[in-house]
Order: sequence, then C-alpha cells, then structure tokens
Amino acid sequence: MFLDEIDKALLGGEFGESARRAMRLLLPYGEILGAQRFIDIASAHIDSCLYHGRSGLDFVRYLQEGDGRVRVRTTLNVTAFDLEQPELSRVPGEAVRIQRDMVDAYLSLGCLPTMTCAPYQQAQRPGFGEHVAWAESNAIVFANSALGARTDRYGDFTDICAALAGRVPAAGLHLDENRLPVLLLDVPGPDETDLERDLYFAALGYLLGEIAGSRVAAITGAPLDTNEDELKAIGAAAASSGGVALFHLVGVTPEAPTLADLPGGSVAHRKRISKIDLAAAADRLCPAEVGEAVAALCLGTPHFSLAEFRDLAGRVDGWQPAPGVDLIVSTSRTIAEQVRGAPWAASLRSVGVTLISDTCTYLVPTAIRSDGIIVTPSAKYAHYAHGNTGRRTALMSLARCLRCAASGQVVP
Amino acid sequence: MSESLILHGECLLPGETSAPVVRLSAPLSLWGGFSLEDGTVCDVNHPDYGSRLAGRVLVMPGGRGSSSSSSVLLESARLGTHPRALVLAGRDPILVVGALVAAELYRVSIPVIRLSPGDLERASTGGFARVFSRPESAFIELGGKNSEFGIK
Repeated sequence: MFLDEIDKALLGGEFGESARRAMRLLLPYGEILGAQRFIDIASAHIDSCLYHGRSGLDFVRYLQEGDGRVRVRTTLNVTAFDLEQPELSRVPGEAVRIQRDMVDAYLSLGCLPTMTCAPYQQAQRPGFGEHVAWAESNAIVFANSALGARTDRYGDFTDICAALAGRVPAAGLHLDENRLPVLLLDVPGPDETDLERDLYFAALGYLLGEIAGSRVAAITGAPLDTNEDELKAIGAAAASSGGVALFHLVGVTPEAPTLADLPGGSVAHRKRISKIDLAAAADRLCPAEVGEAVAALCLGTPHFSLAEFRDLAGRVDGWQPAPGVDLIVSTSRTIAEQVRGAPWAASLRSVGVTLISDTCTYLVPTAIRSDGIIVTPSAKYAHYAHGNTGRRTALMSLARCLRCAASGQVVP
Repeated sequence: MSESLILHGECLLPGETSAPVVRLSAPLSLWGGFSLEDGTVCDVNHPDYGSRLAGRVLVMPGGRGSSSSSSVLLESARLGTHPRALVLAGRDPILVVGALVAAELYRVSIPVIRLSPGDLERASTGGFARVFSRPESAFIELGGKNSEFGIK
C-alpha cells in the first residue's frame, strides 16, 4: 500500500503508541482488502465494546498503552446488558465486571458513552458522501443507504483501530465503483400485498438479504414516502439474513433519486418480487401457532426511535397487556431520557413498559417472567433471538403483536 | 495415506503448523456457530454441527460475515480451543484480523491461507495436513507420512 506522510507518522509512533498499534493492524487489513492507500474518516462507531469474553478487555487494554485518544468523533455500540439496570439481563457476574471494565477503557480512549446500535439517531450524524468507519451491521447499512455516507464493513478490532488512527484503507464501500447495484429488485408496494405496512418492510429487508447476500441491490416499487424507521427495518433485516451493507431504494435513498442515477442499474440482474414472496419471507420468521402462550413483546431491535415511541404511545392508550406478559423496549440512553419524562408518554408508563438501554434484548436472555413465545415486529430480533437467548420468537406486525400481548396468546 | 498432495494458495497470515484436518461443507459464523467451551460447531442448522475445530486445520469456504467472529476467534485463542490454522476460499478480513490479534496479544499463531474453491474440496476431514504460510509461498500438504505429523 502507498503510505502518505500521516500514515508513516502514525506507524512511526509520532501519534503515540495506541495509534501505532492501531495502524499496525490496519495495514495488513488494508492489504487483504486490496487497498492502494489510506483515507481520512470523520467518525467511528465501535462494536468491539460488546463482551465476548476476557479477550475483549485484553485487547482494549493493549490499545490503551501510551495514553491513546481517538482522533475522530467515536460512538459506542451496545453492551451485553443495561449498565444501569443489569438485573434486567441474565449475565454472569464475571461478565458484568469485565463488560464494565471494557466500557471504562473505551471511554478513557475518548469514545462517547452512547451504547446504542442506532448511532444514526443521535443529533450528530454523518453527511452525504462523508467517509466514516462504522461497525454494527445495521448501522453500516443505514449509514451507507439512508445517509449516503461511506463506510465499509468495520467490526471487531478494526473499528477502534480506525478511530485511533483516523484513517482507513480506501476499499470496499468507500469506493464509487463498489456502491453501484449489481442487482435490481422490482417489488410491489405495501398496498399491493396482504401485509401490514411495518411487516411489509421487515419482510422486504429479510428477502433482500436472502437474495442479495452481500451484494449491492437497487429496489424499485417501494413507497416513495418510506421513512427512516422503515429504512432501518429494511437494513437491519437484510444485514441479518444476508450481509447487505448498502441498498438503494429508488426515489428514497440519497444516491438513487432515479434509476438513471445508478449507472449500474440498467445492466444489473433484474428480479421481480411478488406479494407471495414477501408473505413467505414473513412466514419464515413466524413459527407461532395460534393459541400458544405469549411471554413478551420485544421492541427496539435496532433501538427504538423517538418517532416509534410516539407511535407506540398512541397505540397503547387504553390498551392493557394480559397478566404476566412483558412489554420491553430497547433504546439508547438519550432517547430513554426523553421518553421517561415526556407528557405524551404517560400511556407507556401506565401500561408498564420496561425501557432497557445500553443493550438489546436479543443478545442475552432477558428477565422475562413467563414461559411462552416472544412476539416482535423486528426481523432482526426474530432472526437472532432464538439462537442467542433460547426463546422462541415470532415476527408479526406491531398491531398483531399488541393483540397477542393483550390476549396472552397468539391470535391471527 | 502414503501419497502426499500439495495445494498452493495465497498467504493471508504467515505461520506453520501440522494437525488433523476438519473440512466444513458450508461457511460457518464463529459468532453463534462455534462453542468456545468445547471447540465444536454449535450452530444446529450447520451441516457439520458437532464437528471438532479445536486443534484442527480448519478448511472451510468462509466465515459468513459477522464481524464478531474476530472476537470469537481471539477468545478461543485465549482459551486454547482455537483451530490450529485456517484454510479458506476467500480473503476473509474478519478471520484474519482475529488471528492477527491472537498473535499480537497471546502469541498464538493461527496461519491463514486461501485456496481455490476446487482445491479446498480436496482436503477431507480425518486426514492430516501441514500448513506452510509465508508471503512468498503458501501451501497445504495433505496426507504424506502420518508419523511426520506425530499422529497415528
């Protein structure tokens, strides 16, 4: 790889030992990716802070050598439990201690205590065309697709190294040529399907990931008023069933005002999606049988936005869950604070919603009182939760989730 | 096995080792798919569920893309349940990064080489392999004299 003066200085230790160690990892990483050179980044989002074992702490301690500081604005992804309410998650004491030490170490490097998988819901976020180094699959696909920022698939170890160096290899989705679609999906609009609107976006994303794998796709036919929370749902689902890190929703996402704005779009492999395909994708994530007991409704995978809370507050006004059924919403600290004190959120308090921050309920077993299936409108949750937590889960529209939670059993 | 077979590939991370081979027929996400406790495949949906990876030359098409797999590989190196080498069909940066950090933090060497998908299929579970990975030359030697590998 060609090294600029700054890269040589970083490798030579002129920016301290932390930055030197970071760069020593980024250099072979860049070579494997086939990069020619390094480029500057404007921000980083770190997933290495999530506990997977003692080695995660050993690694960040290794990078702390020599009083290192991140060189760009750096946010933290979720941890294994709510740092202020650890009792809500079932995590062994040793893991709790190590996870806390890890967070402290990342904060000492200058990372911000956001602990959210949705850094794009924070006030400050990447601009169009800006290079960033984001980890966490749903954040990556959102930054690239919804914001038009440019991040490759950063993850454990490369994310914090990029933050300490302020540099990344010019590879993958940082480059124009890799952002063009190689696949074009024609989809029906939600009104042309039998799915409710939220389930439509979950199913669309899940099918996108299954079809595209890790390729870039453009989608035509989706509603032009698709909002950010709906883009979040598509991306999170597509990054769960596949490795999608960028998609273009023609007429909605910023790199694709029209199909003609995507030079590859005209030659891309074209595939028509039917309403039956979408319904089948939703069904694959819904193993529930009518009549079986419901234990909980889990929301906020990825983290619930303020707009989603406002919508939920309206829906649960005058609604009650069946006895023993938990309603748990994962969100960031920032948004939880706004919700806790808000007059419009009184209905959430009166139905006993549990707000959980710093983590997500699909990662580790959550303190849920009853046995039974968990219902969720999140395809990402439905994809991962059973494997991670041992609890059966079923994807359905939020409206149906609420009907199930109110009756204590799965209803059509 | 008396004849040895040498398959040349690309060095993704240098190192040398000899160990029994385990070849997976499908990509495996180490995150959620590999048990750190006993070093086996724990993804119930994976065709090689239950296969032991610890102490083996792990031959597989790839890693399925979850970046947490870097952490899982590193943690396995800390616990000693890691594969001895990785032989992959692609230039998987996630696994290479995990192996690179394992060498840096714990002095555990997990060489990584890339083979063509066709050559990958020629390695079979139960055989033995010597992995030699240097920037100038990288290969996996299959079979050969078992005594050379110290395993009956």
